Amino acid sequence: MTSINVTVNGTEHQADVEPRLLLVHFIREDLEMTGTHIGCDTTNCGACTVLLDEAPVKSCTVFAVQADGRQVMTVEGLAQNGNLDPIQEGFREEHGLQCGFCTPGMLMTSYALLEQHADPSEGDIRKAISGNLCRCTGYVNIVKAVQYAAQKKAGG
Amino acid sequence: MIPGMFDYFAPSTLEEATRLLEQHGPDAKLLAGGHSLIPLMKLRLAAPRVLVDLNGVAGLAGIEERDGHLRIGAMTRHAQLEASELISDRYPLIADAAAVIADPLVRNRGTIGGSLAHADPAGDLASVMTALRAELVVVGPRRERTIPIDDFLVGLFTTALEPNEVLSEVRVPSPNGGSGGAYVKLERKVGDFATVAIAVQLTVRDGTCDEAGIALTSVGPTNLRARQAEDSLRGGSLDEQSLRAAADLAAQEAQPAADLRGSEEYKRDMVRVLTLRALRRALERATR
Repeated sequence: MTSINVTVNGTEHQADVEPRLLLVHFIREDLEMTGTHIGCDTTNCGACTVLLDEAPVKSCTVFAVQADGRQVMTVEGLAQNGNLDPIQEGFREEHGLQCGFCTPGMLMTSYALLEQHADPSEGDIRKAISGNLCRCTGYVNIVKAVQYAAQKKAGG
Repeated sequence: MIPGMFDYFAPSTLEEATRLLEQHGPDAKLLAGGHSLIPLMKLRLAAPRVLVDLNGVAGLAGIEERDGHLRIGAMTRHAQLEASELISDRYPLIADAAAVIADPLVRNRGTIGGSLAHADPAGDLASVMTALRAELVVVGPRRERTIPIDDFLVGLFTTALEPNEVLSEVRVPSPNGGSGGAYVKLERKVGDFATVAIAVQLTVRDGTCDEAGIALTSVGPTNLRARQAEDSLRGGSLDEQSLRAAADLAAQEAQPAADLRGSEEYKRDMVRVLTLRALRRALERATR
């Protein structure tokens, strides 16, 4: 077992973990935060996307020990004091989800995009989410949801 | 899917990393971005007993031009290559490839060193570095050596690295005017491996081809240098007819295997088509 200290959504968690424990399993099973989904489990679908030191990564393909001393942000960290983040509001307003399984990953990737790039073009958005698969094929509304959030963040 | 058990080490220096490799021998694997190794471990196709994580090793990531070479630290992530202005200004072949490796999330973790050391013939950067005639700096417990990319890529998933060596840096000769490159990739969807991809680097002087680098992805046991195609261009005028002839040669040199991405015949023809496109684009950039 290896002792790790990981800050998740601003809260520090100390845990003793097996090195083979995947970050997504640490988040879901040890911390019992099940907002992060496991989709394909093969680094394809992006449902498990979380931010690791602000960069969106597939948490099924990172070991929990690799997050030692680092910052993780999950979908549970988006809303502040009960208020949805603009990206969440965008997905609600623009019907950016159908079954919702890909949504946590889509939200984290889109959130990271808007942190880097306040005014992305449609092409920028499509490129950014190209590692997140939506099997309901709801990409048009997902793009609209991200555009909504960008406008909202810009004060529009 | 859960990988097998292993002992985990996170050294902070290269010396420590090579010492760990020396100590554990072939039981140990290096962990870079992990986006090839961890999926293989989850499928239990790889089951190293020891992982030596390079992510905490100081000084292994970075991009700089010095003494006539572009130096890319082995732990430089694909996303860093993609975002680098130095790369997009002066090394269009690397920039083209960095933008099409896997998907953006994978590019936030995957590293150039990991990609080259994994030696998957479907990997993009090994073709890029073959076309650019890169040299790889390799550090072992007692010595450092430099290996030309052609000698580094030995076979399918096999490199010239000894079990106790770490790939630390990739060195690319700096262009000195009249150079241009392009990477053209055919993939079924973002994130899939290339059906076929082609890396081209051309240097043009006084209207003739001074140097040509052409490498093929996903059509052989390693990333292949299309030697005959390169030879056919060197010293010539790079007109449309010679580009077409080189593309035909590259198609003949390819060693495609039929799989779910296409038949041998289809892939060979795609080598021809994409080589021609990459040559045209590289030439346009070299003479701009």
